[in-house]
Amino acid sequence: MGYDLLVDVTAVDWDAQSPRFTGIYHLLSTTKHEYLRIAADCADDINPSLPSLCEVFAAANWHERETYDLMGIHYDGHPDLRRILMWDEYPYHPLRKDFPLAGIEVPLPADDVAEATGATVLPAPMMGGPFVSSADGPMSQTEPSARDESWTEQKEKPTD
Amino acid sequence: MQNTNVAYDSKVEGEIIVTQADAVINWIRKHSVWPMPMGLACCAIELMAAGASRFDISRFGMEVMRFSPRQADCMIVSGTVTYKMAEVIRRIYEQMAEPKWVVAMGACASTGGMYRSYATLQGVDRIIPVDVYVSGCPPRPEALLDAMIKLQDKIGRERSVKNLTARNAKPAKAENLALAGAGKES
Repeated sequence: MGYDLLVDVTAVDWDAQSPRFTGIYHLLSTTKHEYLRIAADCADDINPSLPSLCEVFAAANWHERETYDLMGIHYDGHPDLRRILMWDEYPYHPLRKDFPLAGIEVPLPADDVAEATGATVLPAPMMGGPFVSSADGPMSQTEPSARDESWTEQKEKPTD
Repeated sequence: MQNTNVAYDSKVEGEIIVTQADAVINWIRKHSVWPMPMGLACCAIELMAAGASRFDISRFGMEVMRFSPRQADCMIVSGTVTYKMAEVIRRIYEQMAEPKWVVAMGACASTGGMYRSYATLQGVDRIIPVDVYVSGCPPRPEALLDAMIKLQDKIGRERSVKNLTARNAKPAKAENLALAGAGKES
């Protein structure tokens, strides 16, 4: 086929649909200069898994680790399927649709640092965010702003 | 401004200068700050610019950047601190010898900046005591130099002798808990 370069491995979380997870692979032919995108659904919605491409493309190694870390898709046959961005004990997969953008409170990775400082992994203050641009009109007039600016962490949402 | 640190009259005292121990200790400390560049993101590029010829941090006596915490006394946290990195920063801070100071350079190190996310520590002052915060994303080298000069002023105002005796009297555990620069100011 000639698609000899693996450009990206990622995944989609379709939230309530089934199949919930779809693995995405971007391939490039360096001779024909053509891109190919492959989508593969995961049969299991609870413990999604896909076969690893590490044997075919060495580049798949870290990409699959990242997708495992953030989406929780298990790649069968991966030689070293560990988290790559979050720390090893982190209990969630943050890019899943059911994970809140601000995060969930968990202990710090290091017990002694947590004990000495009293710090934990806290949900980030969103201050009414996420901040998005309407993207219709000139950029100077469509600065990113919160969709609902009536509340922040400091000022509670008005109840009527 | 009147110099209150030194009272010296060459006609009366000859080669003797009368001053306070604090003034001498602080004078020595503030004119040889050895920074530890904790470069974590784009702020580190501005930090490098501050050290290079155009801005030349050595004009203020702090050009000796040390990449070992054991040889440094001022950590410049320049960049986004993730929760995964927080442990490393805390350990490096603990390896620095007393007295030590921390500069939080830029929005991310000060407050988390634009990274309101599950992965980013919302301000490095949650894990180590910060002496000077620098605004900017990233701050200009001038802003960092201003912060370092402010830090020098702060070092100059410390009660070094009192802090030293208090530190020796206190158990080591309590020192670790002295967050948010509480141990630095008097």
